[in-house]
Amino acid sequence: MIKSLKARKNELSEVENQLRILEGGIFQEELPTFKQQLEPLEEFPLRPHKIEIFQINVGYMCNQVCKHCHVDAGPDRKEIMSKAHLQRCLDILKENQIPTVDLTGGAPEMNPHFRWFVEEASKIGVKEIIVRSNLTIIRANKKYRDLPDFFKKHGVHVVSSLPYYQAGKTDAQRGEGVFAKSIQALKQLNAVGYGKPGSGLVLDLVYNPTGAFLPGGQAQLEMEYKRNLKKDFDLDFNNLFTITNLPISRFLDYLLASENYEDYMEKLVDAFNPAAVEGVMCRNTISVDWDGYMYDCDFNQMLDMKVNDESTQHINNFNLEKLEAREILVNQHCYGCTAGAGSSCQGTVT
Amino acid sequence: MEKSYYNPKDLKKFGDIAEFEPKLAEKFFDWYGEVFKAGALTEREKSLIALAVAHAVQCPYCIDAYTEDAMQKGCNEAMMMEAVHVSGAIRGGASMVHGVQMMNKAKKLSM
Repeated sequence: MIKSLKARKNELSEVENQLRILEGGIFQEELPTFKQQLEPLEEFPLRPHKIEIFQINVGYMCNQVCKHCHVDAGPDRKEIMSKAHLQRCLDILKENQIPTVDLTGGAPEMNPHFRWFVEEASKIGVKEIIVRSNLTIIRANKKYRDLPDFFKKHGVHVVSSLPYYQAGKTDAQRGEGVFAKSIQALKQLNAVGYGKPGSGLVLDLVYNPTGAFLPGGQAQLEMEYKRNLKKDFDLDFNNLFTITNLPISRFLDYLLASENYEDYMEKLVDAFNPAAVEGVMCRNTISVDWDGYMYDCDFNQMLDMKVNDESTQHINNFNLEKLEAREILVNQHCYGCTAGAGSSCQGTVT
Repeated sequence: MEKSYYNPKDLKKFGDIAEFEPKLAEKFFDWYGEVFKAGALTEREKSLIALAVAHAVQCPYCIDAYTEDAMQKGCNEAMMMEAVHVSGAIRGGASMVHGVQMMNKAKKLSM
């Protein structure tokens, strides 16, 4: 298993070094910056719509170390959200009637307060509780084996990464043996009703390219996934979300090491779709880090680009009105969300 | 004078062929775009056909373009290599089937 960039003391574990790359090089002369793309569309500064999704990154600890991880998550990451911060998030959800809470990580299930939080969110009537489960956590340890039943009990919407419907590409990105364990976990989820017609239990899968290329059509890929997972493993799921890899953290490290960085950025710029700007996820989402700070999205979180209104940067100073009036911070990684059909934690945006 | 006949950066300049003959280029690119839309065949099937033909006509631009296109459309390495084998089989078969013509001629000339 590889180690996180942070554990390796890789220079990209310093946010400043990532930003220097994103702001320099080909964006100094050859390619337009993201800001320059938004200006003629009269979309700069980018403004949010109504906040509908409260995405909480409950910690960077993970049982996997995926090569493309934008969080730089792994077993060696110790950042975990405290119960006090989680309680404050519950208060915010209740007071502001935000309909969706989206739990991510790392492996969110590894936060010791995870189950308590889901139970409480369920009690206060949050309409939708999304858990971004990496699947293998369900098989990692006996204490996680009952997660499918727990998810079912609270009507959790499960969203799980599976970058391909076969082992080779999946394991190349997510680690040796991950595909087999993911299939076992999916079987467990199916067994309690997830992904089954009429159950009301939603199991969505996430496809992201296993290399320096952009995702293809979501509908066609979903069809291929459904056909092959059914044929090979008798598995069912609801929707496939295609997500573009953004050039930060470990994926940026891969792009640089494989000498694909400039070509990849050119592809993202060439594929810039003005129609995708309207639906980018930062317009209806607030991302919270383990320490309670807020960001326009999980990617800005990893680049330490906090929401730009200093009076409401932390959950202890949460102010919905101010957050909905803020200017969203952008940089060249944002091209990943506007390429082609667009990309978000909910898949394409056009 | 270029030092090489092929420059990978020229692939991005494909559209520049309109500079010398815009009307025909417009018709060509419109038609090209239509050809690759899903119809009786899926976009993915068309991409694999394009990849096979790219190898048959030995166009390095097309090989680069349709390898990436096929990967974007979810094709794996085995699918792409099978497409290349189809290309090779047809190329090889095209030579071999002419062996029948050779045999016909040889038999006609022989006692």
